[in-house]
Amino acid sequence: MKKLSAARMEQCIGCHSCSLACARLVHKQLSWNKAGIRIRSSGGMAAGFEAKLCLACSPAPCAEACPTGALSQRKGGGVIQKRKLCIRCGKCAAACPVDAIFLDHLVNPYVCIHCGRCVAFCPHDCLEMKEISVKEEGAS
Amino acid sequence: MIRDFFRVSVVDLDSGRMNVAEHEGRDLVAGGGGLAAMLFREYGHADRPWDDPDQPLIFAIGPLTGYFPLMSKTVCAFKSPYHDQYSESHAGGRSALSMRFGDMDALVIKGRARRLSALCIGARRFEIRDVEFLRGRDTLSSGKILRSMFPGSGRRSMLRIGPAGENGCAYACINVDTYRHFGRMGAGGVMGSKNLKAIVILGDRGFALPETPAYPKLFQTLYQQLTDTEIMNKYHGLGTAVNVAPLNELKSLPWRNLQATHDPEPGGITGEKMAEERLLRNAACAGCPVGCIHIGYIREQFKKNYQYRYRQVGYDYELLFAVGSMLGVTDSFNALQLMDTVELMGLDVMSAGVALAWATEALEKGILTEEQTIVPLRFGDAANYEKAIVHLGRAENDFYALLARGTLKAASVLGGADFACVLGQEMAGYATGEVFFVAEALGFRHAHLDTGGYSYDQKHEDKDVRRAVDFLVEDEKKRCFLTAMVSCLFARGVYGDDMLGQALESVGYARLAQDQDSVGENIQRLRWRTRIETGYDPDAVDIPKRYQEVVTWKGEVDPEYMAALKREYARRIRELGKPPEE
Ligand code: SF4
Ligand code: SF4
Ligand code: SF4
Repeated sequence: MKKLSAARMEQCIGCHSCSLACARLVHKQLSWNKAGIRIRSSGGMAAGFEAKLCLACSPAPCAEACPTGALSQRKGGGVIQKRKLCIRCGKCAAACPVDAIFLDHLVNPYVCIHCGRCVAFCPHDCLEMKEISVKEEGAS
Repeated sequence: MIRDFFRVSVVDLDSGRMNVAEHEGRDLVAGGGGLAAMLFREYGHADRPWDDPDQPLIFAIGPLTGYFPLMSKTVCAFKSPYHDQYSESHAGGRSALSMRFGDMDALVIKGRARRLSALCIGARRFEIRDVEFLRGRDTLSSGKILRSMFPGSGRRSMLRIGPAGENGCAYACINVDTYRHFGRMGAGGVMGSKNLKAIVILGDRGFALPETPAYPKLFQTLYQQLTDTEIMNKYHGLGTAVNVAPLNELKSLPWRNLQATHDPEPGGITGEKMAEERLLRNAACAGCPVGCIHIGYIREQFKKNYQYRYRQVGYDYELLFAVGSMLGVTDSFNALQLMDTVELMGLDVMSAGVALAWATEALEKGILTEEQTIVPLRFGDAANYEKAIVHLGRAENDFYALLARGTLKAASVLGGADFACVLGQEMAGYATGEVFFVAEALGFRHAHLDTGGYSYDQKHEDKDVRRAVDFLVEDEKKRCFLTAMVSCLFARGVYGDDMLGQALESVGYARLAQDQDSVGENIQRLRWRTRIETGYDPDAVDIPKRYQEVVTWKGEVDPEYMAALKREYARRIRELGKPPEE
């Protein structure tokens, strides 16, 4: 089981290539929001950039908050998303401690599934896919 | 494609309301510069002055914005306070993607707010707020306040002006997301005349992508070409600053108000020195993995006992020329310090540097007095230039208010026109020879990027007027199409006709893909026609005498060749700008 982390954000140039790639490849969207990773400046461009990204919690508060099972615990951390089950209550986003779930205007949640497809599109090597150990008690 | 027509947000600052207008014409003007000219014809007034409240300030993006890498720029069009004619300026930052995701192909701003205001606009947002308390504030501290007033980090682009824009400076810029600018031709002055301190564009929508396999495949190819290959290395590595040393060697770098084109001691302002000693990091426009923005640092002791403040300052070739070599400033800290001050005031750096270079020589020659310049301007004296930049931005006295209208305007009142380094506006940093001088002086934006005149000079020693002008006209046409997309011109090596065609086709613009040449020409004609209708006469453009005294690697400039080029280019421009036949 692998997990994406924005491990070297001090190298980030703010190009949004990662979020655009996630939106494009994972969600079939032209967007920089409807993505598992979103880039923002940390208070103006001069202060550098940060990534809004799922930390792969285990247990995952967002999954615990989800009343329908649209988000369920992924082994090792993070969530598995089943869009069809989502009733768009927005509880997942409210539960996430790091604002990693983006809700669009129709309250569709966008969250990282740790597939790693964005990694190749970061020109500055900011992102990293790392093996995580699967702890049994973390599984649902 | 998102739609085959244009969706235009039209904001009226008089009434405080907005309207969404739909315009046909995608297959004729494509977007960007073409769309802007079309919209000026609809919303603008050729016969009224630039600061008539009803004149529009236009921002436009292209059909490929967001879809492909480096389609990351915005065209800003307006009647210029510099010469009261139609003009354009281009910038990146997050502006283009914010407009795309804010669901507008163009933004047209009309009217004049009663008090200094900030506009916030997005796909689901419209608000005009009073920011009278920001009057006179520099761009940096204004940005901090505006950011907290209009949250939306990560999907927000912020356009703002400094004191120079509020004071009606003819070369005030619009700062875009701190490190990019609508720099030339006084777009900031237009915003100032509208009582508009800032425009915040929120890009909060998304769009479905084409479901064909062609699109993601082509994206992949283009992305690879733009990142893996050598083509873009120059822009990412040293950045455009890499040009300082070779242009100096080529006797093409303007020094001390273009009294020389070479200096044996360029000191700390070469790209290499800047990178080794001052570069902190790179940054990019949204949607561009190249990251050509270079950010250096300045550190200043403000108190004894090791108390420092520091600041991050973006630098580029043009800046190193304008406040570096042109002012004889060769210390990198000093140059960055001047760039920072120019930034705070919201001035166009090229015009500000060149204007002060002229003022320095005028003071030396006794045309100006120290009473007028307030500080004794001397080439190389950065501390006084720093003060002068503030005086200029704040239009401190009659002299600086006059200089803020343009160097040639000041020279027409005070004398010294012979050595004003003005090619349509204060020159860009390429003293490469006759073709460039004529190209910039007469070119549409009076920018070095209107055509590749500077590179033509470097490649051709012959003096074939016909061939040179043919090149300028043809090259401009190609760039017209690219700036309708609106591509970063650094990507022009990758986005050739074939690639652009494939890109357009893959997102549903098959007609545009096929008609690139005719659409490019259509845009070229439309822009010139619009320009000429607002009073442009290419024959009336003066190339100051200083340009006849320039010595490049080819030797002395040939005044006769230059005059012949100018005549022929003016003829071609007039021809391009003719009204279409019935
Ligand atoms: S979305 Fe938030 S709460 Fe859910 S696993 Fe990721 S970081 Fe944890
Ligand atoms: S790992 Fe996959 S889901 Fe997560 S941000 Fe990257 S592309 Fe999106
Ligand atoms: S792709 Fe890399 S450099 Fe670009 S915004 Fe994402 S993390 Fe930053």
